Amino acid sequence: MHIDLPVIWAAIIGFGVFLYVMLDGFDLGIGLIFPFFDREGEREVMLNTVAPVWDGNETWMVLGGACLYAVFPVAYSVLLPATYLPIIAMLCGLIFRGVAFEIRAKARRTQHLWDLAFIAGSGVATFAQGVILGSLLQGIDVRDGKFVGGPFDWFSPFNLFTGIGLLLTYATLGCGWLLMKTEGELQRRMAVLMRPLTLCLAAAVGIVSIWTLLGQPGVAERWLTMPNLLFFLPVPVLVLACVIGILTSVRRGADRAPFLLTLAIVFLGYSGLLISIFPNIIPPSLTIWQASAPRSSQVFTLVGAAIVIPIILSYTILAYWVFRGKVRQGDEGYH
Amino acid sequence: MNVSDTALLLARWQFAFTVSFHIIFPAISIGLASFLAVLEGLWLKTGKVVYKELFFFWSKIFAVGFGMGVVSGVVMSYEFGTNWSGFSAFAGSVTGPLLAFEVMTAFFLEAGFLGIMLFGWTRVGPKAHFFATLMVATGTLISTFWILSSNSWMQTPQGYEIIDGRIVPVDWLKIVFNPSFPYRLVHMALAAFIVAAMLVGACAAWHLLRGRRDAGIRKSFSMALWMILVVVPIQIAAGDAHGLNTREHQPAKIAAIEGLWETEHGGTSLNLIGWPDMENETTHFAVTVPHLGSLILTHSWDGEIQGLKSFPREDRPNSTIVFWSFRIMVGMGLLMLLLALLGLLLRRNARLYEARWFQRFALLMGPSGLIALLAGWITTEAGRQPWVVYGVMRTRDAVSTSLTVDQVGTSLMIFIMVYFLVFGTGIYYMLKLMAKGPDLPRDQAEGSSSDDTGRGRDRFDHRPLSRPTDPIDE
Repeated sequence: MHIDLPVIWAAIIGFGVFLYVMLDGFDLGIGLIFPFFDREGEREVMLNTVAPVWDGNETWMVLGGACLYAVFPVAYSVLLPATYLPIIAMLCGLIFRGVAFEIRAKARRTQHLWDLAFIAGSGVATFAQGVILGSLLQGIDVRDGKFVGGPFDWFSPFNLFTGIGLLLTYATLGCGWLLMKTEGELQRRMAVLMRPLTLCLAAAVGIVSIWTLLGQPGVAERWLTMPNLLFFLPVPVLVLACVIGILTSVRRGADRAPFLLTLAIVFLGYSGLLISIFPNIIPPSLTIWQASAPRSSQVFTLVGAAIVIPIILSYTILAYWVFRGKVRQGDEGYH
Repeated sequence: MNVSDTALLLARWQFAFTVSFHIIFPAISIGLASFLAVLEGLWLKTGKVVYKELFFFWSKIFAVGFGMGVVSGVVMSYEFGTNWSGFSAFAGSVTGPLLAFEVMTAFFLEAGFLGIMLFGWTRVGPKAHFFATLMVATGTLISTFWILSSNSWMQTPQGYEIIDGRIVPVDWLKIVFNPSFPYRLVHMALAAFIVAAMLVGACAAWHLLRGRRDAGIRKSFSMALWMILVVVPIQIAAGDAHGLNTREHQPAKIAAIEGLWETEHGGTSLNLIGWPDMENETTHFAVTVPHLGSLILTHSWDGEIQGLKSFPREDRPNSTIVFWSFRIMVGMGLLMLLLALLGLLLRRNARLYEARWFQRFALLMGPSGLIALLAGWITTEAGRQPWVVYGVMRTRDAVSTSLTVDQVGTSLMIFIMVYFLVFGTGIYYMLKLMAKGPDLPRDQAEGSSSDDTGRGRDRFDHRPLSRPTDPIDE
C-alpha cells in the first residue's frame, strides 16, 4: 500500500500551525490589549491567566518550523527568504515578550520597561505573522524551487492589511480568553472591549476575503464555481453566525461563548485559507509534493513525531484542565 | 542572481554571532543538569542537608540558562531558512530531521520532567523527583546527541546520495553515526561538564574570598575541583583522539590548525606559536619543535602530515583564525589542569579554603570553560571552510540566492541589539544569582528560604524562567 506521506505531513503541520494560531493567538492578544488595562493588579491577573501555558503555546511554532524544515525543506527555503524581515521581526518580538513576561515578575523599579517590551513584542510578532500570512496568500515568486522575488515583496498593501487583520484576531481572542478567565470589574471591562473588537474583526475578515477573491483569480475560481460554491458557502455563513453569536452572548454576560465563538471564527478563517491554497504549500505554484523532502526523511521524522506529538498534546490538555476556572486578583501568582 | 561577497560575509558573521551566543546557554544547562543529578543523588544517599541546599541554589541558575537556551535556539533554526536556504534546500533532508528530533526531545522534556524537577518538590516523592532530575540530565545529553550528529554529518558526511542536485538520505544509521560524531559528541559533552564545573568553582571562590566558609560553599568548591581534576585529563585524551580522527577525514583542517604549509618528510615539526599568512603561504615568527607534530597527530616519530600547500588555494580554511582559536582552547585546557593540580596540592596541605591567591585564580578561571568551548567550536567550524557540508557543498553555495546586503546587515544589527539586551539581561541575572550564593544554613533552619525551594508553588508550573524568584533590579 502506498501512503501519501506529503499529505500526512501537510496535515500534521497544518494542525500544528492551527494549534499555534489558536493558542499563542490568545496569549499574544493579552499583550495587545495590555495598554487598555493598567489599574492596580489588573495586569498581574491578566498574565496569571496564561502564565502556566504560554510557553507551551509557543512550542507549536518551534515544532512546526522544525518539522517544516525537515519534511518540506523546499517550502522552508522559499518562505523564509521571501519574508525575511517579517521573520526577523517576529523572532525578535517573541524573544522580547517572552523574556519580558518572566523578568517583569522579578522587576521592581524597571517593571514598566518590561511591560513596554511585552506590549511592543506582542504587537510586532503578531503584525509580522500577519504579513507573512498575507505574503503566503498573495503568492511567492518561485522558479526552480528557489525564491526569485525581491527583498520587499512582502511589503504590499494587502499584506500590511492582513497584518492589521491578525492584530485584531489575536486581540479579540485575548479579550475573549480574559472574559472567560476573569470576573468582576475586569471582566466587565473586557466585555465592553469585546464588542468593538469583534466588529472590527468581522470587517477585517470580510475585507481580506473580498480582496483575495478580487486579487487572485485562481482563488476566486476555486470558491465561486459550481459545485464548489455550495460546499464552501457554509464557511462565510458560519463566520457571520459566529459574529452575531459573540455579540449576543457578550450582551447576555456569557463567560465562555465569546471566546469559543472567536476560536470558531479563527478555525473557519484558517479553513478558508487552506481551501484557497491546497494542494499548494507555497502559492501559486509549489505543491506539497514538489516541496517534499525525500521519502526516507519524511518516514524518519514521522517516527519521532508519532511518539512525541501525542505526548505533548496530552500534556497540553492536562495543563489546561488543571488550570481551568477563574483567576482572581490576589491569587497566588505563578511567577 | 549572485549573492555579493559582502552579503555572504555578513550572513556568516550573523551565524557566528547568534550561534556563539546561543551555545553558552545549552553548555551551561547540559553541565549543570548533570551536576544537579549528582547533588540530588548524594542528598538521597547521605541525607546531608548541604546537598539539598546546593541543589536548590543551582537549579535556579540552571533554569535561567535553560530558558535562555530555548529562546536563543529558535533563532538558529529560522536562520537556516532566511540566510542559508541554499543549504536548507540541498541538505535539509538530512539536517532537518536531525534538528526536528532535537526539538522534539527538548519539548518532550520540557513538557514533563523539567516541571517536576523545578517545581515538583512537594508534589512527588524524593525518588520520583530524583528520577525526573535524571531524565532532565539525560534529556539534555540526548539533545546534544542530535545536534552534534547533525553538525558532525556536515563535517564528515556519509550515508546519502545526490539525486537531482539534492541530498537524499539512504542510510540513517550511517548518517547519525558518521565518522567524526562519537569524538565530537564526547568532546562536547565533557566540555559542557567542564563549563559547569568552572562556573561552580568560580562561584564558590567568590564567596570564599568574601569570607563565607559554610558547608555549602566549601562543598561546591571541593566538588568543582574534583570534577575538573578528573574530567580535564579525560577531555585532553578525547581531544587528542578527535584530532587523529580529524587528520584522517579533514586533513586540510589539521594543516590549518598547525599552520603547516609544506608536507614534511621523515617527521613533522610543530609550530608552538606563529602567525600563519594565507596570502604568502607561510607562518611568520614560528617557534617550532621538531617531530612534535608527528608525535601529537600521528602518535609516531616520523608520521606524515599533509601541508596546506597540497590543497588547492580555494579549498583551504583560514589558518590564521584556527591556528589561534585552537591554541586558545588548548591553553585554557592546560590552565584548568594547572588549577586542578594546585587544588590537589592545597588539599593535601588542608589549605584549600584558605589560600586566597588560589581562590582568585579559580574565580578568574570561571569563564575559561566557555572560552575554551567557543574557541573549540570556532576551530572546528572555521576549519571546515570553505565547505558547509565538507567536500560536498561550499559555504558560498549555501547562502540564500535572494539575500541582499541590506537585509542581512539590518537583521545582524537587530540581532546584536536584541541579543545584548535580552541575553545580556539573562547573563546578568545568572551572575546576580551566583553572587548572592546559596542560603546560609541558619536561613534554612528558620525556614525563610522556603520560596527558594519551589515549595508552596505546587501548581502545574513548568516554565524554567519562573523558577528563581529573586528580584533582578534590586
